[in-house]
Amino acid sequence: MAANVRLIARLDIKGPNLIKGVHLEGLRVIGDPQDYARRYYKQGIDELIYMDVVASLYGRNNLTDIVRRTARDVFVPLTVGGGVRSVADVTELLRGGADKVAVNTAAIRRPELITEISRRFGAQCMVLSIEAKRQADGHWEAYVDNGRERTGRDVVQWACEGVERGAGEILVTSVDREGTRKGFDCELVRAVTDAVPIPVIASGGMGSTDDLVAVVEGGRADAVAMADVLHYDRIRLEAVRADAARAGIHVRSLS
Amino acid sequence: VKPAVTVVDYGLGNLFSVARALETCGAQVEITDSPAGIERAERLVLPGVGAFADGMNGLEQRALVAPLQQYGADQRPLLGICLGMQLLMSLSEEFGSHRGLGLIQGSVLPIPAARDDTMRRKVPHVGWSEIVRPGSLASWQGSILQGLRSGIAMYFVHSFTAWPDDPSARLADCDYEGALVSAALRSGSVSGCQFHPERSGEHGLTVLRNFLGPSSAD
Repeated sequence: MAANVRLIARLDIKGPNLIKGVHLEGLRVIGDPQDYARRYYKQGIDELIYMDVVASLYGRNNLTDIVRRTARDVFVPLTVGGGVRSVADVTELLRGGADKVAVNTAAIRRPELITEISRRFGAQCMVLSIEAKRQADGHWEAYVDNGRERTGRDVVQWACEGVERGAGEILVTSVDREGTRKGFDCELVRAVTDAVPIPVIASGGMGSTDDLVAVVEGGRADAVAMADVLHYDRIRLEAVRADAARAGIHVRSLS
Repeated sequence: VKPAVTVVDYGLGNLFSVARALETCGAQVEITDSPAGIERAERLVLPGVGAFADGMNGLEQRALVAPLQQYGADQRPLLGICLGMQLLMSLSEEFGSHRGLGLIQGSVLPIPAARDDTMRRKVPHVGWSEIVRPGSLASWQGSILQGLRSGIAMYFVHSFTAWPDDPSARLADCDYEGALVSAALRSGSVSGCQFHPERSGEHGLTVLRNFLGPSSAD
């Protein structure tokens, strides 16, 4: 049987708060991330992603405490990103209860970090996070610092290099769609899934279950990250799962 | 009285989530990296994520191989998780040929990347996949999967799969894009699961409760 498409809740975090923005900017406070994580766990989320959205600006990672508290009563895989800069950072997050780390800025600055993490903890632990912005010529460029700073790297080439260096998964976030609820950038996701042999998580833009179906069928995403549709209770997770299954998407059955 | 369980620390993988999940299931958890810790264990969990050779090296460096083999030979309860289940086997073909603990006869082989339809199978196998009871097995009663429905999904992360010589050791199978992988094995008092019960939600916790025994039911 084909692998089930994973439904992932993405929690962007600033300081102690769950926040949400548009195009990764204009951040608004939503609440205590732990409350939301626990709620999604009870509703049957397949995975969680915690992303410290300001860590790379200040050069630190404050997530360890939040991760440790969450891991006490959430028993699904937890990916943590934002400000992961070294093997020592990864060790600390894993000790706190994380299962994988997502690395963006530090990997752009020093791509060898991907290999170091992958060798030490296994490829399954190393998620390459790419913030993608569509360019005038139709290609996508990788950005850092929440889509503020360009890197000059082509997203698809960077994804392929990430695989060669040992990444086990790719989280591709469309900065253009993020927080807009206008649907995923399916062309972006398809360009990446066609290019790499590892699982790809589509992130940015989900407004309805139709968007999920489109990015799985058109973009061939292996997993889908959802943020404000869940945080603001626009759609309930149970409904996403049931509607996706009805549309012919393989999702895990909870019962 | 809380059921006591000892988790083996041999330097690989993330003990925190396994220990935390066992505590949630009502267990008194001790973590050990010593032969004496294994000898006095009431129940033993062998967790682990990583490469087979690294795992065996970690056990050898701490002189844990013989105590684990003795523990299994004494028919005491042992649960291997993920790499921990693969280490129970007699042999692995992961990056060369390596000897395992030999508590379950059989070998560890790669999941093939080639598929019958010429598409490529993504390896590692990451995600939630359904586990099913082999047709030859009448029920999961009395096993770590007791009370679960055949066909529920568990969370897997692996590139290799354990093949027991004796097919009756297969407790649960998983069809990963046409490739058969062993989801759970059992031989006497020794059980293993390839999936991560500590990361498989409430169904995963059921597996851990079953391992801990009736006293953890509530």
